[in-house]
Amino acid sequence: MYSHGSESLIKQAREIQESELQKFYSRLLKLLQAKEFGHETIDSLQRLHLILSATKYTRTLPTELQRRLLSLLSSPVEQLQVLSSAVLRETLPLSGQELNYNQDNSHTAALLLSQAGSRADLSSLCTQLIRSLENRQSDPPNHSLTHTLPIVNAILTHSPECLTEEHVTLLSKKLVDWLRYASITQGVGASSGGFFTGPRSRQPVPIAELDGTVSGDFFTVLCVGQGFTEDQWMNVFSFSMLRHWLLTYHSVPSGVPITDTDDRSEFDSSVVSMVSATSSSSRLLSPKERVREKAFQYCLRLIEQSDRKAHKRTDTDLQKACLVEAVCILDCVCVEDTALVYRTFPCVKALFGRLSSDLTFARVLLPIAQFYLNHGEMAAVDCESVWKLVFSQFPAELFNDPFLAHELLRFLRLNHENLLLRVPQYTRSFPNLLKFLAWDSPAVVDDFVDLLPSLVTVETAVELLHTLLDLPCLSATLVLQLRSTSSPISEPSGRGLMSLDAFRNPALRGLFLYLLRTEAGSGDTIDRLSVLHELLAEAADWPRVVQCAQTVPVLLHIFFNTVLKVADENLLTHLMLVMLERSSLLLKLPTYIKEIHRVFSCHLLRLCKLHPSLVVNQSHELLEFAGTTANVYSKEEIFTHVVWALGEYLSVSCDSRCSVKLITSCFETLEAVLFEITSSSPPPGAARPAPRVVTTLMSALAKLASRSHDLIPRVSLFLSKLRTASRGGSVAWCSDEEDLVAIVTRGEELWSLLKTPGVAQSVLTPPAHVTTPQWHRDTNLSMPLQLRTLTSLTHTQ
Amino acid sequence: MVRCFLIHTVCPVSALSSAESRILYSRVFGPDEAALTEQQRGLSAEQRRLLQREKVAVVARQVKSAVYLCREASGRALLEAVPGEEALALQDANSGVVRLRAGEPFSDETSALWLGVQSLGFTLVCEPHENLLLAEGTLCGLTRHCLEHLHMLGQGSEVLLRSNRIDALLSRLLPHGQLLFLNHRFAQSLEKEVTAYMAK
Repeated sequence: MYSHGSESLIKQAREIQESELQKFYSRLLKLLQAKEFGHETIDSLQRLHLILSATKYTRTLPTELQRRLLSLLSSPVEQLQVLSSAVLRETLPLSGQELNYNQDNSHTAALLLSQAGSRADLSSLCTQLIRSLENRQSDPPNHSLTHTLPIVNAILTHSPECLTEEHVTLLSKKLVDWLRYASITQGVGASSGGFFTGPRSRQPVPIAELDGTVSGDFFTVLCVGQGFTEDQWMNVFSFSMLRHWLLTYHSVPSGVPITDTDDRSEFDSSVVSMVSATSSSSRLLSPKERVREKAFQYCLRLIEQSDRKAHKRTDTDLQKACLVEAVCILDCVCVEDTALVYRTFPCVKALFGRLSSDLTFARVLLPIAQFYLNHGEMAAVDCESVWKLVFSQFPAELFNDPFLAHELLRFLRLNHENLLLRVPQYTRSFPNLLKFLAWDSPAVVDDFVDLLPSLVTVETAVELLHTLLDLPCLSATLVLQLRSTSSPISEPSGRGLMSLDAFRNPALRGLFLYLLRTEAGSGDTIDRLSVLHELLAEAADWPRVVQCAQTVPVLLHIFFNTVLKVADENLLTHLMLVMLERSSLLLKLPTYIKEIHRVFSCHLLRLCKLHPSLVVNQSHELLEFAGTTANVYSKEEIFTHVVWALGEYLSVSCDSRCSVKLITSCFETLEAVLFEITSSSPPPGAARPAPRVVTTLMSALAKLASRSHDLIPRVSLFLSKLRTASRGGSVAWCSDEEDLVAIVTRGEELWSLLKTPGVAQSVLTPPAHVTTPQWHRDTNLSMPLQLRTLTSLTHTQ
Repeated sequence: MVRCFLIHTVCPVSALSSAESRILYSRVFGPDEAALTEQQRGLSAEQRRLLQREKVAVVARQVKSAVYLCREASGRALLEAVPGEEALALQDANSGVVRLRAGEPFSDETSALWLGVQSLGFTLVCEPHENLLLAEGTLCGLTRHCLEHLHMLGQGSEVLLRSNRIDALLSRLLPHGQLLFLNHRFAQSLEKEVTAYMAK
């Protein structure tokens, strides 16, 4: 599809020499000054466009050429209009260029829009547009008005205040006319003629519904005919921008972007709008209210029309899109005028009943859920079945629909505060919601970065942690689930899919079913997790699983950042133990385990820093971890951090329950490990420990010794052994001579520090006010005091 | 409103780094947001154009990466369709949607819907409140017309040399970025006009 030819064309266009370019310009100008335009002119214009658009830097055209192109904008040949508009959009406007909106020309308008340099430009374009609408003459050529509304919509998107109050009123009236009072007879069809000629054909034929029956009500986008009148086209264009119009001008009940406050005719006041719902036909409504009322009627009609069986596939798709739009507009209108809720709810409820059992309508059910969330409480309607669909069914069965995932997650993102208040199953549904992430991580991880904090609660935090760690397993399971349904059971999965066999094995079903659960609360994790990991070992190189694994560290960081704000000490203890336990219980993906260990280390440290007494509390578990020499090789990162935490926080100043006995037993445990790793080479297959492990162990030992001075001689014993061993030059446990020297030097430093136990104690176990200095706020450390002290020391009496 | 429509490469291009995408056609609708935002008001027209081009390039890169990851995950082999098999190529295409946060690159949050047809991606960048069902249908329709009328499954470069056809197509089916609720009759009427234009 993308060929060498295209690539070289672009290259040529970019690298065209200035002289050649000028020659091209003059040639083109000559062509454009001729009376007739042929293929050569069109091709040359097209080449000019390519030359201008191929580079991101702007080229300026010769003035004469640019003027000629401007005049081409009003050429009767559409190709010339299109090309000149496209070319002029790629270059800068001429200074003093006066371009006025030509009402018959959509391409000129496109140029004006793209060249608008300020809101003032847009305002003037707007005024011209609206004026052309007002001055409409009868019998226009086809579609000359139709591009007005899209341009207004474009202006609304960027700068709604460009429309004055007058404009809004005028357009409101027009919208009402087009939406509600468009012709209900068919227009002259492009394919008229043929069989039917003569007076009979002149009889107006009524419009039809999508299923062929004759239409009995006003014209909508779901009505068909052989041809269409202009106001029917405007009906389509009006409905297409209706939601945006309502969102821009009707989102605040009584607010309208006022630019012209002097014009007070036909304004609605909030008093009037309260009465509007009940007596819409009996008194004069303001234009705004009329738009609201007509929009309401239009949407109800669309919902009814969508129940008909359309003949064509594209029309069925359109019906779905119309349902989504209709429900969204009804929601918007009900937010503005809450009295309409009572008129709307029966219809929406009936629609929900009609569609809730059909998963192909899932994307229509999401706006309905939004409607229920916004207005359900007011109408005192039971929303249970809606939430069951959204939280239990959709994620479980439609996790692989990228558009549904996007829309559902967007719904959650926009409404999470409301959901937290009103829908208790939201925070329990994370095992289900995470299926979207497990299936298509790159597409939705951004949404989960925003959503995850709202899913963290104190009750479910531990289960959530386990679930996050097993996301790659969930990913593999979902792949297996889909493969299992698509390939027949009898076919042996001879292509090496042992995991598929395991998935289908009834004895192992429970493991997979746990991962596929839809709600939290049935247990933090399963006992036979290691079995599950083994069964899924071959999934370690499936691209989907690998992509999923890459997102877990980020989510873990977010999880810990959130949970540390709300957790009490109990929960923190529990989380710490989970981290220690799971550090060896992870699916074996190459970099996954390392990354998770890194995240754990970071947050273990944060935990201990926040609650130093945790270290004393859980000293038994921590010592068990630190005392297992195998952990040095398999979990180096975490081991280092645990040892550091022990050294730092196992002291009386952190927790008064810390006894000499505890310090001694910790010392002995760490000493044993240090001896072991520095007296022999690592076990086969394991790498040599990084120097940091050894120095951390030494520092920890020194810190502990400084708190219990009886241990100091033992430290000196080890350090002298180390000195002796290193004099040999190289050791089995350290490959680099420089590293060995650094380690020994560190040892020497610690030893010289420990020679004066009192100093060692204040250096290695500093009291809190030293580690968290307050400088000028602290009377012990304040500058004036320091200066005074220095002065009195240096001045002799 | 649709902010822009792009046709760009999603396959590796030798002249570019692996992350970049070559843009074959881009059309931004509506006024340039840089002209209207406070902080970017001081830019000249030239700088604004450059900024807009850069924003479009960012979108193309994001979509290219999304297409790559999606194809890698699904593990399906790419089917090489030949001219005449447009419907097959479209059926086999990957599709998805990328969330573009506020500021990355447009000042408000947007959603980029994409269709990956072999080595090219067709992208529609929409406002988040837009009707995505309708946008999806419109994107499929636009892609089909582009594939057919510009013979994109072949080795030609008509997408570059006949970009005015895409402009005309967009002016009917997506005028100034407006998504339209077109039933088959309205669509037929517009498509007739498009075909008449292409025949010139």
